[in-house]
Amino acid sequence: MLGYALRRVLTAIPIVLLTITVCFFILRLAPGGPFDGERALPPDQLRNLRAYYHLDEPIFMQFLGYIGGVFRGDFGPSMVMKDFNVSALIAIGLPFTLMLGFTAFIVGTLAGLLAGAIAAVNQNKWPDYVLVMIVLLPIIIPNFLMANLAQIIFGIYLHWLPVGGYKPGAWLNLVLPVAILAMPHGARVARLTRGSMIEVLGTNYIRTARSKGLGARLILARHAIKPALLPVVSYLGPGLSYLLTGSIVVEQVFALPGIGKYFITAALNRDYGLVLGTTILYVFIILALNLLVDVIYAWLDPKVRYR
Amino acid sequence: MAGITGKDATLTAYADALASGAPKGRSLTQDAFRRLIGNKAALVSIFVFLVIMIIAYAGPYFLPWAYDKIDWAGIRKPPDWAKGHYLGTDQNGRDMLARTFQGTQMSLLVAFVATTVSVVIGVIYGAIAGYFGGRVDAVMMRFVDIMYALPYMLFVIILVVIFGRSPVLLFVGIGCLEWLTMARIVRGQTLSLKQREFIEAAKAGGAGPFAIIFRHIVPNLTGPVVIYATLTIPEIIITESFLSYLGLGVQEPQTSLGTLISFGAPVVEALPWMLYTPAFFLVVMLLSLSFIGDGLRDALDPKDR
Repeated sequence: MLGYALRRVLTAIPIVLLTITVCFFILRLAPGGPFDGERALPPDQLRNLRAYYHLDEPIFMQFLGYIGGVFRGDFGPSMVMKDFNVSALIAIGLPFTLMLGFTAFIVGTLAGLLAGAIAAVNQNKWPDYVLVMIVLLPIIIPNFLMANLAQIIFGIYLHWLPVGGYKPGAWLNLVLPVAILAMPHGARVARLTRGSMIEVLGTNYIRTARSKGLGARLILARHAIKPALLPVVSYLGPGLSYLLTGSIVVEQVFALPGIGKYFITAALNRDYGLVLGTTILYVFIILALNLLVDVIYAWLDPKVRYR
Repeated sequence: MAGITGKDATLTAYADALASGAPKGRSLTQDAFRRLIGNKAALVSIFVFLVIMIIAYAGPYFLPWAYDKIDWAGIRKPPDWAKGHYLGTDQNGRDMLARTFQGTQMSLLVAFVATTVSVVIGVIYGAIAGYFGGRVDAVMMRFVDIMYALPYMLFVIILVVIFGRSPVLLFVGIGCLEWLTMARIVRGQTLSLKQREFIEAAKAGGAGPFAIIFRHIVPNLTGPVVIYATLTIPEIIITESFLSYLGLGVQEPQTSLGTLISFGAPVVEALPWMLYTPAFFLVVMLLSLSFIGDGLRDALDPKDR
């Protein structure tokens, strides 16, 4: 078990390094830059700026310097938001993004499991049809549109919930963002749960349990749930990465102070330092979470460990 | 004496009946087509999608206003049939219906180009990995696993930062990142196809590996590739509208459904038609495409339910 986990950690390290390298060189070699304003800067100022950000050194030296900084937790300066460095901006935004993401993850997963199980138990009856239709919508309709419609319905017409913004303690402001972020995730979990639960309920050992007189609830709780959960657990890793990219949209639409908002602003302003820093952070978080999910999966299913 | 029991006559009649009115065999395609026609949701969706395509491309010719034409007298006006603004105008006095048609065209174009790119890459990559197998397969598929773990939306955004706003490159970029699942599906199919006798026959006939892949394996992958390509189209439309929504997509005066929605949402109280027109087109298009994809999957691959 420990060996498996260790092996997975070791394979994740080169992926992180590769991502940093590829993103760094793509961004540095791309035409255009953060100092291309409406008005061309005088050459002296441009030279000073480039020297200040070490952009005049050979690109390989820049890369070594950057990697060294990353290992010390220093992602370099932001080239557009001049009073901040990237690490400081991440320190401001990351706790909020993680809080939003994990809340949505828990809410979505639980709701999805419940909906999927209810649909599977009532297969081809009306609760199943209703749930399958409801679950289809958040998968098909893009989340920015869902977010806008939710703002309009619950914020503008009904006045039940605030439309956006957040300050610590204002938990009502988080209801809509969490719901919108959780919905597509919950819908996918529900689909998977329904499918695997129907499959499990059709197996011979469930029929045996039924034929020896066990009640429906007991069969579900004692025999059906655990094997039905396996495909769902293996989805949770990719699901988390959907959630994090989804949080970019949700933070943008609801004007929330997370790293997603910085990422978009940075991409629009060609703020290479900030784009690179947030990308590395996202990749790191997602790989770490995937690792965690894989280890949990190996713990649930011994077949995976010894492959 | 022939036919004293009548047996011969009966048999002859039976043979004649067989020869003239034999039940025709149905090909796999015909079977699939019948199943698709039998699926009401898919049939309606195909019809709806065709209608959207036709009005998106033919509609502009019947409108008095072009999508980039400014009507100085009609800025921020609700629907006005007398002036030809059937669904109102935006803050710059441009006709919303014309702009929505243009946005729909853009979404369809992106979907077409990016899906083609992703199908080409995915099929070639998957078929090569599956056919050669062994170490080649292990390395190629490990790469796909790694790419799967990374948040691809970030890479799309980085691509946009690099390529600027050149739409064509952007579409190709989206396609280049959407081929992973296609490669996995094609590889799986290839693994089972290469065990079949006709591949062995081709090898015995002296065909090289690439001739076998492109002449014998790829044509046999049509079913799953068509299904998955249909399911990719709505995903790409969503990606494009998402990028446009964030302001990273198509540039003015051209527009796309995502851009229109992002401009319409903040002013929905005063100018509701600016949001609901493009939102309606986007949702209907995505719904119908999704039903078509599901219908095709059920029709071509009935066991996979």
